[in-house]
Amino acid sequence: MARQAKQRKREGSPWTGLGAVIAKEMADHLTSARMRILEILIVLTALGTGYAALQQLTGESNQDEFLFLRLFTTAREPLPAFAGFLGFLVPLVAIALAFDAINGEFNRRTLARVLSQPIYRDALLMGKFLGAFFTLALVLAAIWLLVFGIGLLGLGIPPSGEEVARALLFLLATIVYGGFWMVVALLFSILFRQAATAALASIAVWLFFTGFWNMLVSLAAQTLRPIQFGLPQEQIAQTELALLLSRFSPNTLFVEATVALLLPSVRTLGVILPFELQGAILGAPLPVGQSLLLIWPQLTGMIAAILLLFVLGYVSFQRREIRS
Amino acid sequence: MSEIIIETQKLTKKYGNFVAVDALDLVVKEGQIFGLLGPNGAGKTTTILMLLGLTEPTSGRVRVLGFDPTRQPLRVKSQAGYIPDQVGFYDELSARENLIYIARLNGLPAEEANKRIDEALARVGLSQVANQRVETFSRGMRQRLGVADVLIKKPRLIIMDEPTLGLDPELAREFLKLIRELADSGITILLSSHLLYQVQEVCDRVGLFHRGRMVLEGTLPELAQNVLGASYKVLVQANGSGVSFLDTLKQLPGVASVDFEAPDRYTLIATEDLRAEAARAIVQAGGQLTELDVDTPSLDEVYNAYFKEVNHGPTGEAKKA
Repeated sequence: MARQAKQRKREGSPWTGLGAVIAKEMADHLTSARMRILEILIVLTALGTGYAALQQLTGESNQDEFLFLRLFTTAREPLPAFAGFLGFLVPLVAIALAFDAINGEFNRRTLARVLSQPIYRDALLMGKFLGAFFTLALVLAAIWLLVFGIGLLGLGIPPSGEEVARALLFLLATIVYGGFWMVVALLFSILFRQAATAALASIAVWLFFTGFWNMLVSLAAQTLRPIQFGLPQEQIAQTELALLLSRFSPNTLFVEATVALLLPSVRTLGVILPFELQGAILGAPLPVGQSLLLIWPQLTGMIAAILLLFVLGYVSFQRREIRS
Repeated sequence: MSEIIIETQKLTKKYGNFVAVDALDLVVKEGQIFGLLGPNGAGKTTTILMLLGLTEPTSGRVRVLGFDPTRQPLRVKSQAGYIPDQVGFYDELSARENLIYIARLNGLPAEEANKRIDEALARVGLSQVANQRVETFSRGMRQRLGVADVLIKKPRLIIMDEPTLGLDPELAREFLKLIRELADSGITILLSSHLLYQVQEVCDRVGLFHRGRMVLEGTLPELAQNVLGASYKVLVQANGSGVSFLDTLKQLPGVASVDFEAPDRYTLIATEDLRAEAARAIVQAGGQLTELDVDTPSLDEVYNAYFKEVNHGPTGEAKKA
């Protein structure tokens, strides 16, 4: 009897109040000093790398079919390319937007007050994530347009439909990549009571994947698949293991997605053997649909990781006692 | 017949082996101010969180405003306001902006929300500073903003956790007056406090908490009657040139106990108002009566007397451990 009563469903929609939370979060983010600093940083980056790429591109006589896309990928010493810069800055912005999402409410003692309104915790957590996510998407889209504008002015030729499609997909991949780091920071903001701890933990994970993961991967590959006799099978086995392991890092996934989208001539992201190239016209670009197919696993992998981490955070937040 | 607003039966909350709330039976009727009183860690806040569906009970039954807070929390929370201890606001937003957020969470349309916000701010006397950032607010102003915050949803019930904590006596008194006004306008109020003397005047009924159990419940005179065996406190000041009137006063009918407070000052705990009898007794014994007063015993006295009894009993040993 008691058990039956316990299993009765909760009444009311978990989305009640979601819109209000998202609106408040976005308003907070877009007016916060933290966000302004990051925006300035990114805009300067976009201007700097866009301008540098432009100089490089107009300097050389160029027959490239995808001139516009090279705006994102062309580096001019000492600056890296815009896409490279984004891979570095987006995690930082995403972490900055979410590391104090939940523990900030705890520490300001607003959590109990907000949760005593007629909303479920679901709405608060989801709203926190979506508010930050939309903010990130908004900022990235604005910067994307900025670079596009620079390209239009500087190159003087309009981009082809193919190029626009690829650039848009690149924007999407960047936003998804940002979403991953955002959900990492959100999870830590639930697990740690101190915002500073959550921020440091998020940065530590990011540094781990940026700096140490590749070292560990090559070490593991060499140990687990040693090259004893110098056979090609051994080399392929080692390379494939290394590739497999390195794809556990979201950074690798993002770099691969970027490469496949912005360099249409890239036909594969894995190991390729000479006989597999038989009949292929080397250097010929892939259509955008094929490139998308190429990075489909990378994109879905990142989205799956986001969902998984969000669920972890959700469960731990639902069980959290709200008394301080 | 007034409606039952809060009802719990055998409500229990355990954290591991620790029993925070132990088989609580509580009934609060409409229009009352009910005080959950007791020391810190007695289970008051846990009880409140269970009433609002913010913590799930381990066992037992709760009904608030006719709904089950664990299964129908949105219905409960749309009619019940909660002011946590040390209520927090978004410091970088103005008072009005803070309230707008709450109004939106309650699903109020903008026009209605603005009207209610103006009313609520006027009622707690914060209209002047509505557009100031909350970070500039004092403790007392924040507490009043907390009241405005719950008034927006036009609640039938307001639950306050330690409402006077951290307020100076003057502010606390003002705040208690505000609570009384709210109750007079028909809102039921449940408040928790460990400052017994502060809230005893404002509460219609009180429940005394001790280690997860509600050990006493009733109006103040009822409690005094139960615990002290009498509900009147008569203060007598008389000088009689070195003579003690202790025994004289003790012999009066209806006296439960007599305390010797200071030279020439005595307090009688009695079942009825014994001023006339005491005066006569003093005069007949040859003393000069200089002061005579009657009062109800304070909650502190009731509480102390109760735990003196309890601690001398078999549970006294456990308490020390």
